[in-house]
Amino acid sequence: MSGTSHGIPAEAHVHRDDTGSRLGMWLFLFTELILFGGLFIVYAVYRFSHPDAFHLAAAELNTFVGTVNTIILLTSSLTVAMSITAMQEGRKAFALTLVGLTIALALAFLVNKYFEWGHKFDVGIYPGSPELLSQPQGVILYFGLYFIMTGLHALHVIIGMAVLMYVFNAIRRGTIHATSYVRLESGALYWHLVDIIWIFLFPLFYLLH
Amino acid sequence: MTQATVSAGARSRGFYGEKGKYSGIRGWIFSTDHKRIGLLYLVSMAGFFLLAVTFGVLMRLEMLSPGKTIMEPQTYNTLFTLHGIMMIFLFIIPGLPAVFGNFLLPLLIGARDVFFPRLNLLSWWLFITGGLLALVSVFLPGGAADTGWTFYVPYSIRTNTNVLPALFAAFILGFSSILTGLNFITTIHRMRAPGMGWFRMPLFVWSLYATAWIQVLATPIIGITLLLVALERWFGVGIFDPALGGDPVLYQHLFWIYSHPAVYIMILPGLGVASEILPVFARRTIFGYKFIAFSSVAIAGLGSLVWAHHMFTVGMSYTGMFVFSLLTFLVSIPSAIKIFNWIATLYKGSIVLDVPLLFILSFIVQFSIGGFTGLMLGALAVNIHVQDTYFVVGHFHYVMFGGTGFALFAAIHYWFPKMFGKMYRKGPAVLSWILATLGFNTLYMPFFFLGYMGMPRRYYDYLPEYQSFHVIATVGSWILVLGIIIMIVNLLYALKKGAPALANPWGGKTLEWTVPSPPPTENFATIPVVTTGPYDFSEYEQRPAEHS
Amino acid sequence: MHDDATAQQSQTTHTVPYSQYVLIWFGLLALTALTVSLAGIELGRWVIITALTIASIKSLLVLNIFMHLRFEDRVFRMFALVAFVTLVIFLVLTFFDYAFH
Repeated sequence: MSGTSHGIPAEAHVHRDDTGSRLGMWLFLFTELILFGGLFIVYAVYRFSHPDAFHLAAAELNTFVGTVNTIILLTSSLTVAMSITAMQEGRKAFALTLVGLTIALALAFLVNKYFEWGHKFDVGIYPGSPELLSQPQGVILYFGLYFIMTGLHALHVIIGMAVLMYVFNAIRRGTIHATSYVRLESGALYWHLVDIIWIFLFPLFYLLH
Repeated sequence: MTQATVSAGARSRGFYGEKGKYSGIRGWIFSTDHKRIGLLYLVSMAGFFLLAVTFGVLMRLEMLSPGKTIMEPQTYNTLFTLHGIMMIFLFIIPGLPAVFGNFLLPLLIGARDVFFPRLNLLSWWLFITGGLLALVSVFLPGGAADTGWTFYVPYSIRTNTNVLPALFAAFILGFSSILTGLNFITTIHRMRAPGMGWFRMPLFVWSLYATAWIQVLATPIIGITLLLVALERWFGVGIFDPALGGDPVLYQHLFWIYSHPAVYIMILPGLGVASEILPVFARRTIFGYKFIAFSSVAIAGLGSLVWAHHMFTVGMSYTGMFVFSLLTFLVSIPSAIKIFNWIATLYKGSIVLDVPLLFILSFIVQFSIGGFTGLMLGALAVNIHVQDTYFVVGHFHYVMFGGTGFALFAAIHYWFPKMFGKMYRKGPAVLSWILATLGFNTLYMPFFFLGYMGMPRRYYDYLPEYQSFHVIATVGSWILVLGIIIMIVNLLYALKKGAPALANPWGGKTLEWTVPSPPPTENFATIPVVTTGPYDFSEYEQRPAEHS
Repeated sequence: MHDDATAQQSQTTHTVPYSQYVLIWFGLLALTALTVSLAGIELGRWVIITALTIASIKSLLVLNIFMHLRFEDRVFRMFALVAFVTLVIFLVLTFFDYAFH
């Protein structure tokens, strides 16, 4: 805790401890990590028991689209990381631009994802579809996991966008500023986590062949 | 322990007199004061507890005779499901950490609140939402869930009862639990009073710390697992559906990856309460402070590695069974370390046999029985014989109720004066202890015999030769409930008519006893400076030792 | 007085220059290119190992620089390690069942 609050009467104390706030945020990120971790365990078990079917099914995915989305997310991580430096330097407009850019990139990711999923639906691959149910069990499991894991990830992208929009607004209104920006840091941390999850999802689903 | 002792303002209403932004009930349900949130949990948890006890008593009544006694089989299935869900997710898991952790953690470490007070309030709101959702699911068309609290697939993806609301209730409650854990870890790391190093923390804080880590690291697994079951029900994804290649055993792995450590979420704070109460009533510095502190962490760690001992009969690999059985035996070591240290603390102490200590003594014996039968269950050969029988039910009730439940009774009798500023009457409290202990053992001891004889758990009907044990157990449930009723009446009476409590009625040495009862709004007028360990009873120990 | 060090300076944070961020970003892109091109080669059971190794390196870069883990208190890195090890243990112990069927 910030040492200054010790020994000061109750009515005077205003608690501020950015390191502690970030610590709490990190703990939250670990819960997110483990949440996906459960899915990675399921993935590992089924990939272990159906190696050939997983390779077969992965050929259905478009590596190019996956790579583009990877680049988009990596770039969005860059922009949001840079926004913290901009904030520290007090360059509000630049920070706003960078956070805005991050949100735009997140949106681009989702648009890509939308078309990718849409294409799968068009060719009849979705949970419970007759086309999918005619496939070997390993393929059903692969696509089950594909939709669940990328779907949950996309949900996190949406949540991350909402968080970043909140941060964007707070910067604009000046409640996040050069000497108090822990909420920007927390939002950025959340966004990087979304990126890290994708860093693992990408090779596990797209690069199997 | 500190110089900042405030005189016992016995007449002061402490934080109850706070004039906040809201008044009346809104002054409670929108308050971010950790003490008010703790009491919110206490009241809501007590409500769920009494309801779940009622379900339990009804189940015991049904088991009084073979065949139908008072209810239909489907009702029985619903009752044991609700009894399990409510007792576990709404009573034992939040019981000690959320109620006493919230109320006491900042007081114990010399802080004015937890690190994230608003998040703390959100946790309670999630808790109450999840709890009500679980209740509402009972009355929705389709009928209450009948899967047991374990939601095992494939039954849970096939049954037409309201599994989904129950799943989401558990999911929301898990989220609440995660946020509490996260809050406590941050609080313990960042808000300890000056001078309070890690090894000057009260042992209840250590146990809350270990518990919080399990809450943070294990709960997300159950979250995702329950979500997968829900997705399975909605879309037929196939992950847990054997018809599509899914593996139901994998569900059990994931379920127990959380739910076994969750057992330690339930028991660890109870162990912490025992470590808190014993030195005070033995008037002795706790024996082996560091061993007890580290054993909490060791239990949390090892306890996360033993989950598959719930699955010895599902067709795991032999290697898996061997490894999990071995690890199960290991986890008994830190638990035993605690018990030995407690006994050593009592040895040559100047014991004051007051109500909190009485409950703790029952706790130690019952927890030991629960622990020993747990070891029996951890042995592969015995496990196969008694798997899914009343033996298992007896074992976990000894740990969960005989252990955690009694620790909670002890905690409430120990901290009641601090929380409410009132003192309860000792006579009825002792009577409730006698009845609860007697009733508890009469109720659950026969379960071991029944299980050994082959009585399966969750069965509505049974063979006539089991009846005598069932009758004994049912009578035990009446004695136990009588004890609980006396306890509650006694405490409620104290709340209304009790004598004002002193700031430190037991002679405790931890920081919560340095502030008035009930504590003022921000706990400490000045943040105390800690200069000694938490259980400094040297004034009693310096008497010439009487060697025997 | 407080063993969680740096209590006094909790408001000051390390400022990472833009150039360092951009450098890391180039590294991440290069690793992505590497992992995609490796996927085209038949590596047998090494596929998963190389893919996960590269992914781990990428996340370490993100964690340490983008997420400032390198510049935080030691306790942050300990926490991260605990979380990661927990997940690995869950995975390994589950495979004590599946790998020996």
